[in-house]
Amino acid sequence: MAVCIAVIAKENYPLYIRSVPTQNELKFHYTVHTSLDVVEEKISAVGKAMADQRELYLGLLYPTEDYKVYGYVTNSKVKFVIVVDSSNTSLRDNEIRSMFRKLHNSFTDVMCNPFYNPGDPIQSKAFDGIVSGMMVQPS
Amino acid sequence: MAGSQWELPPELCCRPMAFVALTGLDVVYNAVHRAIWDAFCANRRADRVPISFKVLPGDHEYPKCRTKRTSYEWYIPKGILKTGWMNKHLNLVPALVVLFYELDWDDPQWKEKQSECATKVEIVRTSLQGRNTKVAVVLIQKKTPLPPGEDLVASERAAALCNACDLSGKSLFVLPHTDHLVGYIIRLENAFYEHAQTYYYTEIRRVKSHKEFLNKTTHQLLFVRHQFKIAFFSELKQDTQNALKYYRTAYSLVHELRAHETNMLEIKTMAGFINYKICRLCFQHNTPLDAIAQFRKHIDLCKKKIGSAELAFEHTAWMSKQFQSFGELFDEAIKLGLTAIQTQNPGFYYQQAACYSQDRKLQAQQLCQAHRMSLPTPDPLETPTGGLDFYGQRPWRQGHQSIDPPDPEKEKAGILALQIKERDVPHSELIIALLSNAVAQFKKYKCPRMKSHLMVQMGEEYYHAKDYTKALKLLDYVMCDYRTERWWGLLTAILTTALRCAYLMANVKDYITYSMELLGRASTLREEQKSRIEKNLIKVLMNEVPDAEPECDPSSSTAAASLWNDRMALAGSNDFTIEVQDYVPFIQCKARFQSPSFHVDQPIQLQVFVRADCPHPVRFNKLAVSLSNQEYNQWCVVESSGQENMCLSPGATRCYNFSFVAKTEDVGKKIEMTGIEVMLGSETGRCVFLSWRGAGGDAASTHEALQAIRSLRHRGRGTEGRQELDWDSLTIQHSTMIISRVPKISVQLSHQPPALNNEMYCINFTVQSQEEAVARDVKLTAGLKPGQEANLSHTTYVTLNSSKVCDDSDPALLPDIPLGDLNPGEKRCVYVKCVSTGQRVFLFHVAYTIDTTVEGQQINCKCHKDETVNIETVVPFEVSVKFVSTKFEPLDRVAVDIPFLLMTDLLSSSPWPILLATSSLQLVTMTSKTAQLHSQLEQVVLQTGECASECFCLQCPPVANSSNTVATGQYLISWRSPDSPLVQTAVTLPHVILETVPLYIHAELPSFGRVRESLPVRYHIENRTALVQEVEMAVEPSDAFMFSGLKQPQGRQLDDASIAAA
Repeated sequence: MAVCIAVIAKENYPLYIRSVPTQNELKFHYTVHTSLDVVEEKISAVGKAMADQRELYLGLLYPTEDYKVYGYVTNSKVKFVIVVDSSNTSLRDNEIRSMFRKLHNSFTDVMCNPFYNPGDPIQSKAFDGIVSGMMVQPS
Repeated sequence: MAGSQWELPPELCCRPMAFVALTGLDVVYNAVHRAIWDAFCANRRADRVPISFKVLPGDHEYPKCRTKRTSYEWYIPKGILKTGWMNKHLNLVPALVVLFYELDWDDPQWKEKQSECATKVEIVRTSLQGRNTKVAVVLIQKKTPLPPGEDLVASERAAALCNACDLSGKSLFVLPHTDHLVGYIIRLENAFYEHAQTYYYTEIRRVKSHKEFLNKTTHQLLFVRHQFKIAFFSELKQDTQNALKYYRTAYSLVHELRAHETNMLEIKTMAGFINYKICRLCFQHNTPLDAIAQFRKHIDLCKKKIGSAELAFEHTAWMSKQFQSFGELFDEAIKLGLTAIQTQNPGFYYQQAACYSQDRKLQAQQLCQAHRMSLPTPDPLETPTGGLDFYGQRPWRQGHQSIDPPDPEKEKAGILALQIKERDVPHSELIIALLSNAVAQFKKYKCPRMKSHLMVQMGEEYYHAKDYTKALKLLDYVMCDYRTERWWGLLTAILTTALRCAYLMANVKDYITYSMELLGRASTLREEQKSRIEKNLIKVLMNEVPDAEPECDPSSSTAAASLWNDRMALAGSNDFTIEVQDYVPFIQCKARFQSPSFHVDQPIQLQVFVRADCPHPVRFNKLAVSLSNQEYNQWCVVESSGQENMCLSPGATRCYNFSFVAKTEDVGKKIEMTGIEVMLGSETGRCVFLSWRGAGGDAASTHEALQAIRSLRHRGRGTEGRQELDWDSLTIQHSTMIISRVPKISVQLSHQPPALNNEMYCINFTVQSQEEAVARDVKLTAGLKPGQEANLSHTTYVTLNSSKVCDDSDPALLPDIPLGDLNPGEKRCVYVKCVSTGQRVFLFHVAYTIDTTVEGQQINCKCHKDETVNIETVVPFEVSVKFVSTKFEPLDRVAVDIPFLLMTDLLSSSPWPILLATSSLQLVTMTSKTAQLHSQLEQVVLQTGECASECFCLQCPPVANSSNTVATGQYLISWRSPDSPLVQTAVTLPHVILETVPLYIHAELPSFGRVRESLPVRYHIENRTALVQEVEMAVEPSDAFMFSGLKQPQGRQLDDASIAAA
């Protein structure tokens, strides 16, 4: 399960960041922020013509000693980032994909809310609930 | 140095090359020897064989060879690898010793020299006792040798020499000292290289042969040692593939060793060495993925092997070194042509190395700060030799291999000594160096955010190292990246560190700047923290010492407090101007002109909105707006003066209104706000001017405004009803246009379109003033509006004078006709003559000046009013002309001297009746037969569609020139439409074909005849030629007539004589 889940706006500012409370929150902010380098590079690597067929899931962005960082970019260039503990080897690629899909669905619901102003930080309880379900449960 | 403990030994990091010793060369005094030596060592490029040469004296003592063990049965190894071993085989024990000796084949003292040479070889052999090192002899000769086999003396003597020196023929070489020295040398060294390879091959065999004596229980260390040695010899032999293989076995053997606290360091050290070698060879073999995989495996295996908890920092130091040296290997490989990618580049390894160094620092702080004891004596880290025998062992118990330390007291003292030593390590320096390496890499591989993150870490490390200036420089540099990307959480963290630095340096300006942003809306600090910062800020504004920042260590804080006291005592330099536009300060400011344009007789209104985001109310003393025309600035200042409450409550917006009167010379110009200044503090304490460029706003406001627009779109009209101002949707209007006063005059134009072509068309123009005062200097510009089709201006004439018909000299536009002071109801006529048909736009521009008062201020304004009128010009009439004979028969040509008629038809197409005043012909060659006094059309009025005709009798005289067409001339018609002056229109008459007739007959007969009465008919036959013509005539009467007279007169026609017939 994830230790940090983030939603980043098209303009690369955070819309939502949640990390496990047991660890340094700031460190996760930095991890997510630096992973945007790779995301940007991956998006720009896909040519404009191919942009429609681009796969949303970007896969493992970069490995660090302690964490694995995965990325996902919607067609409207909103980025999802999931940080997983490196020691968690049981997590398969497919599971990460399905986490992103769930996240995307929930995000779509947030966007469909007429009271939500796109570009504002996400404060939806439903979204929060979905994210909580994907996070490492504090034992 | 403490740091060097973790450095890899240089003999491990170099590329091993076969070691060949050269003896018998006197490179100092002998020029020939010097040249030979230079040829060996100069220009060693990659294409030459990898040998490291050394010149040694002939009687050099090589390291002694220990007696070979015959049995390993009772032998217990003391460690894995001796510290001196690699160096020994790289630099001390040669693979081959070459003896140089000057001797020609035909040397007169051959015998003596031969035995001297043999002695020298013997000396070398003796000092190499027990080693497998080869010996070779090179004879330096002055003569060029003959081809092999031809010089019988040479081959015989060579055999003898070999015999004397106990050498094989392959180990004797000849070096002729001639022109091709380098060529000979290269051949020589290739031969040496072969010998060296054989030597290393035998060494490998020798080490391998020990294996059978070893057993798995007591000799585990030897397994590793032997594999390492074999691999190393393979490298010396340049057999890197096998070397890699042996290193890999050695690596797996290292991890099979029984590990416990006492030997953990040794195992890790050796594992690190072997790993380094493997990675290095993988990069060399261009298999970087293997290198990376090996390194990952290595780290995974060793990560948990922390060893003694009291020396945990040793493990992190070692880990850091592993990452660092792998990063360096990687970087080196890239320099040799390897390509790295964004997600796999040396930067990550440097970063991780830095990360471990940071851990090391923390551990060192925890483990080493506790005791401030002095170093125990004797120093347990001292060894009799000054170094260690085996890599990775403890100086106080070298060679000890059992699980428990031999002496717990010594062990304690040793650990203490290590801890004390660790305390003096400049950790921050190491971390910063690693981070800056990583920054350089990430810069190269397009990771700007990673770079910023590392720079933040560097800044923080400088902060810990108490180098606040450098810390601030780095933090300040990256802050704006986080600000523009709107990562407020990270920005706040950086600002907090920066604020601490500023506090500790007592840097007032930075302190204020960072405080302001930390109080602002971008800061994610909690209210109580903001409250603390605001209180401190207020203290600084009052020129007092702020409270210490939390988390600063107490000694630094005390030092900082005294610095602040010094600052306070310092007179002057208490004014600070802070450009806040690029920050997110806690006071927000937005300004706008009430309207994008103002008439000059209206006061210009300006609103400045100010709002504070800090937790407590904040007082300010002055608000000033500066404008592009500085003369207005005086009107846009508000200062606290007792009653005026200049206090901003948190979250509430205050609005300041300014208004001023624009100068008349600024009409048509733009007034811009160039800046806004808010003064905090007072002259008695410190003054801080927050200054915004333009009309306010800051680093975050653009985005907020955008979001506000989006949400408005969603909410629809919801916000309109609200009383309170929505700050985010406040838009900035930073400039306004000053436009001229609205004229209070009316301009009326009366005319009757359409205009007729060529007519003096009259436009009546009426100006009426509704001004209260007298409009002075009224000026009219009338005429064709500029900017229309070019030829319209050539075919349009404008005049005020109705008495004179206008012509080419009149302009298309009459500028600035002074009308004097305006009396109400001024009327003027303007006449326009259009020479071509079509649409025209006429402009009437009335300008005047008037005095008026705005807000009690007398101003003199210029006003103007424009009126345009669109006039169509049409053709008034059409003229058609035809030539007929005197009998009204149409003619297509006319005869010389014979009269004919010119008929003109004038068809009116004008909507008005046209009065034809007169008409006349202007003839060119022809003459009029009739003296005509009056035009037949005089005073004729033509209604629309009516036609007026006229007839002229003309005659054409003979024309001198050859052409048979003649110009007729012009038909001039003077006419006018009702109420307009007379104009003349000229119609050019068509050309006519002229022909000359030789004979002209014309009959003279009465106008009528009576029945039964004679009708006299006379024919005149005229000869128009210069010659006499014979004429024959026949008269044939019709049935109605009887005939008398000559029926067939005959005669000769002379000149002009007429023949009359009756």
